[in-house]
Amino acid sequence: MSAGLEIRSPGLGVSIQDDGRHGHRHIGVPLSGALDPVFLAAANGLLGNPAGAAGLEVLLAGPLLQALDAPVRIALAGTMGARHLTVAGAGRAVPAWSTLRLQPGEQLQVGSPCGVGYIAVEGGLLTPPMLGSRSTYARAGLIHVVTTLPCRAARGFGERQNVALGHEDGPIRVIPGPQDDHFTADALDHFYTGPFRVTRQRDRMGLRLAGPALAHNQRGADIVSDGVTPGAIQVPADGQPILLLADCQTVGGYPKIATVIRADLPRLAHLQPGDEIRFRAVDADEAAAARAALARRLSDWLASARPAQAGGDPDTAVLLAANLAGAAVRGDDPHLWPD
Amino acid sequence: MHPPPRLFALGDAAFTVEFGPPQARDVPPDIQARVLGFGAGLAELQAAGGLPGVIEWVPTFRSVTVHFDPDRCLPWHLADRLQALAAEGRQATDSGRKWTIPVCFDGEFAPDLDAVAVACGLSREVVIAQLTATEFTVRMLGFLPGFPYLSGLPASLEMPRLATPRPRVPAGSVAIAGRMGAIYPWDSPGGWRLVGRSPVTLFDAARADRPAMFAPGDRVRWQAVGLEALAAS
Repeated sequence: MSAGLEIRSPGLGVSIQDDGRHGHRHIGVPLSGALDPVFLAAANGLLGNPAGAAGLEVLLAGPLLQALDAPVRIALAGTMGARHLTVAGAGRAVPAWSTLRLQPGEQLQVGSPCGVGYIAVEGGLLTPPMLGSRSTYARAGLIHVVTTLPCRAARGFGERQNVALGHEDGPIRVIPGPQDDHFTADALDHFYTGPFRVTRQRDRMGLRLAGPALAHNQRGADIVSDGVTPGAIQVPADGQPILLLADCQTVGGYPKIATVIRADLPRLAHLQPGDEIRFRAVDADEAAAARAALARRLSDWLASARPAQAGGDPDTAVLLAANLAGAAVRGDDPHLWPD
Repeated sequence: MHPPPRLFALGDAAFTVEFGPPQARDVPPDIQARVLGFGAGLAELQAAGGLPGVIEWVPTFRSVTVHFDPDRCLPWHLADRLQALAAEGRQATDSGRKWTIPVCFDGEFAPDLDAVAVACGLSREVVIAQLTATEFTVRMLGFLPGFPYLSGLPASLEMPRLATPRPRVPAGSVAIAGRMGAIYPWDSPGGWRLVGRSPVTLFDAARADRPAMFAPGDRVRWQAVGLEALAAS
């Protein structure tokens, strides 16, 4: 009996991610890992998994998954709904921030997230790790082309659900530099005043922002490449910042005006084209306090998860079953989105 | 003499220790030696358990970026330790490893070779002779997994990057730009000038102990081989 999920439809912008590929940046291998490690940890936590266990990250459209010969427990995190389809074809809406048990042959159609969403399985996805991580990095062949995702058969029972886990509002907090001395005083003013608009140029490597031009001083817009990290904000000669994300290269040749603190990296995952953001400078102590506050919010959230209500709304189930293309959207459920 | 090393915060989970200024067009060899020496010192400290919370470090031409878990160490304490180590001014010359890499400089595998020869006022044969007479030094790996930045290209072959990068440079392409050489481990976009092709696998995740062929401080020579050598491998 093999436990796992068959990928009946791959969705769009779906990849396997865990807490990243640590220890190989000196040979040019990006960190990778979940764009929002807090949401991944939330999905994993509902199943009792370690926070960084490998799951599926969904950027655009979720996959259609089918349980193989054993039941599989799944959790969803993010503003992203799903439909649970029985072998007989009956459907039931599954809200995000909850777990479910997929019996052999049953399917789960995951919708499109607002921002980024995660699908975790009990025990974590068990694809073979490469260089110590299961995270996909297709550019360097660090990817398994698979039609089934191995995982363990469900052991736990008693499904759980919770309210949506949100992120903080307010300016994105940054630590200035390391090359903030490459900018004019005006440019630094503009940077911390903003606002900057998220453009359509965005992927797992980074996103381009548009805002007041940030002029370099006589030190210029080119540096001899040095180390970068997710959250670093590079400013090339055109003065428009590039915010680096999980799959960013290990080194870069543009001055970095500031670097987003770790506690605010998950927020960057959900930025949409047209969103406006501002930056605020903090010091290491405030960054540490922000990390502690975020960890506390996650553990409080996990502690507040409650048993899922059995059955669900039969009328909704009938409605959704009759709409296999996913046109039915329950208006009172903010987590369910049209496919 | 160079200014003393400087330490910068790169966010709240990394420090960059800078041995040479960001703007220098040519990083002097003794800066490279201090980068390598600092890396050797870090490796010793970590082996002795003296770098709690440190995950990894990335040497570049003129700096070393140290990535750490800020919840598993005291960042200010780590900063002190890194500055003390940097101030020792330790130097390491090279890794002691030498590589001879087969390169085919023929026709389709060297799409920019004629243009380089014309721009440098040299014959194609002289360009190849100069490239194969050069002992390159691996300065850092970056841009792509296993991509080596090789210093030592003669000034006579100095050329800027292409004004418009190619959307796809084939894996194995041997390239030059500025005073540097490189070999592309992967198909990727690229703006360097392509002067040859090598069959060598520069990066293999299955080689778990050493996925990248090169390490900083390695010495590399390019050896001209014919088309048949490329086809046979």
